[in-house]
Amino acid sequence: MSPKPNLPDSIQLAHGSGGLMTRELLDEIVFTTFKNPYLEQKHDGAIVPLTGPVVISTDSFVVSPIFFRGGDIGELAVNGTVNDVAMCGGIPRYLSLGFIIEEGLLTTDFLKIVESIKRAADAAGVQVVTGDTKVVESGKGDKIFINTTGIGSPHPNGQIAMERIAEGDQILVSGPIAAHGMAILSEREGLEFESEIQSDTTNLNHLVDDLLKAFGGAIHLFRDPTRGGVSGVCSEIAQDSGRGVLLRETDFPIHHQVAAACEILGLDPLYVANEGILCAVVDGAVAPEVLAFMQAHPKGSGSACIGSIVPDHPGKVVMESSIGGKRIVTPLIGEQLPRIC
Amino acid sequence: MKYLTEYRNLEATQKVLEQIQKAVTRPWNIMEICGGQTHSLVRNGLLDLLPEGIQMIHGPGCPVCVTPMELIDLAVTLMERGVILCSFGDMVRVPGSGLSLQEAKSKGGDLRILYSPLEAVRIARENPEREVVFFAVGFETTAPANALSVLQAEKEGLSNYSILVSHVLVPPAMEGILGDPFCAIDGFLGAGHVCAIMGYSQYHPIAAKYKIPIVITGFEPLDLAEGIYKAVLQLEKGEYRVENQYKRAVTEAGNLAAQKVIHQVFEIGDRQWRGIGSIPNSGYVLRPQYRGYDAAERFQLEEKGDTENGECMAGAILTGQKKPHECPHFGKKCTPRNPLGAPMVSSEGACAAYYHFASTT
Repeated sequence: MSPKPNLPDSIQLAHGSGGLMTRELLDEIVFTTFKNPYLEQKHDGAIVPLTGPVVISTDSFVVSPIFFRGGDIGELAVNGTVNDVAMCGGIPRYLSLGFIIEEGLLTTDFLKIVESIKRAADAAGVQVVTGDTKVVESGKGDKIFINTTGIGSPHPNGQIAMERIAEGDQILVSGPIAAHGMAILSEREGLEFESEIQSDTTNLNHLVDDLLKAFGGAIHLFRDPTRGGVSGVCSEIAQDSGRGVLLRETDFPIHHQVAAACEILGLDPLYVANEGILCAVVDGAVAPEVLAFMQAHPKGSGSACIGSIVPDHPGKVVMESSIGGKRIVTPLIGEQLPRIC
Repeated sequence: MKYLTEYRNLEATQKVLEQIQKAVTRPWNIMEICGGQTHSLVRNGLLDLLPEGIQMIHGPGCPVCVTPMELIDLAVTLMERGVILCSFGDMVRVPGSGLSLQEAKSKGGDLRILYSPLEAVRIARENPEREVVFFAVGFETTAPANALSVLQAEKEGLSNYSILVSHVLVPPAMEGILGDPFCAIDGFLGAGHVCAIMGYSQYHPIAAKYKIPIVITGFEPLDLAEGIYKAVLQLEKGEYRVENQYKRAVTEAGNLAAQKVIHQVFEIGDRQWRGIGSIPNSGYVLRPQYRGYDAAERFQLEEKGDTENGECMAGAILTGQKKPHECPHFGKKCTPRNPLGAPMVSSEGACAAYYHFASTT
């Protein structure tokens, strides 16, 4: 049954036509949910106040399934973009929101996603100020795709730059790794396994804001290890800064269930996606203080120091294994695929 | 994680490494059979921690690497004919003579990556109008589940399910390597998971005939260190017998229920090994009464013969005659992204292990 008396049970092609049905869908669900003065301007876009340099980032979300343990595609679409703006040392303020809906999506599911977007935007302190809705024929999409663009201002204390990374810097992560990827995988067709693994999707802009307020220039770099995982971020750091990265396998925080699921499926948690943790490269002298601050923060209670910037092996990431051996860590090539035995 | 963390313990592993150091009086070449063992050795940095004289030679136990290229071509042909092709994830990036499975998928083929062949049976049940084929590759480890899928399809009366079989066996491959007059291998680490299924009684004659120690070994760093230690002790004393390091998973008789399922569905037959060639009685083929489930017969697929890329020295890699970095194309013309051969793509391939994890200097 439709959650709104004026709307049918499922989304139809005409909801993307730009005509009356589009109007009904927007009025009944989108405008009522996101109600704010910028949307009420009813322009083709939004005119928003912002002074000085602008931080901008865009991302598209195509996750399947659209609802998963610990979140949904709507929440992900907000947090993902908010976090990208924050990782540049920005304070995100406004979001654009584009939907590509496959006809047949249940209206209740669409409403659930929109409400989830609203909750996530409120939690992050950003406003949805403009958007777009398109509907494609059945079979031409995968239920719903979402694109968001985030706009904000640079943090006054932020000096985030790859060039600032120096020998002796420490690499911190703000929580246990690999939860999001394993939560999604555990619900994929053909791979379903019973677990209580939850996606870690959350906003990180408040953590970034608080860290920059407290430590400013001592923080040299933020990155969120989404697709490609922590290894992807560390490889970028090594390659782009030209410095050596040394990681310690035993220092990685990881939930017991996530670690076990990775073992069973033959996946390396270093390559598995995260959606609610950040990597920070910080000045070695204040790293213990920064770590303690993160661990006391509601968005960083599981923080840990996982490695450091070293003079050896410039441009490469090396990991010390649990038995004291060393190996090189390469970025993910293609998709990480399950092993045969 | 019980049965894992204690086998990744720093102190325990170091203690065994010290014992190896004390026991060694001369160089020894030890081959680990299984690609999973190769990866663990390299991934954990164990190779650099072994005494200098201990040379680990990487064996042929990578099922993906030894699956003939023509089988991949046949799988691609099936996808082009509209079949739902189900496969373990490892296979999908391995180059065929034309396309890999992944490339065939991007051109519209229906490829499903699965963990269990029983999932493929489910897909067949749910898609009665489509033909569903499972790409049944692997050593003795994957054979029971693949055999079980045939029995399950038979039980359910599914007429749209079949398997494309490329099953290979460890003991004939070991004999193939040992029979080479240039073979310089002094001892073996037996493949723990293969023996968990098959037991290890069939290895006694090999140890006796070739006067070579065979230590059935697990996959964690402590397992591998212990396996190497046991092999070294035998070698130093001039002994040659089968020993079982991996007692928590392997018994002499193995998993009898799994063996029963295998023998019900499969019989021993000749097999082509990619990069190595034909080895008599080295694999499984479907028994005559189950030939109806043989995708190659059902779709009258014609094997085109070996079309291997001449630049790939997979054969020398798989038989331990060359190390991956001794190949002139390693890391240059041949990378996991643009592989010349299977050992660079498979998660158990020696070249992939070296590319991803090794050479920290």
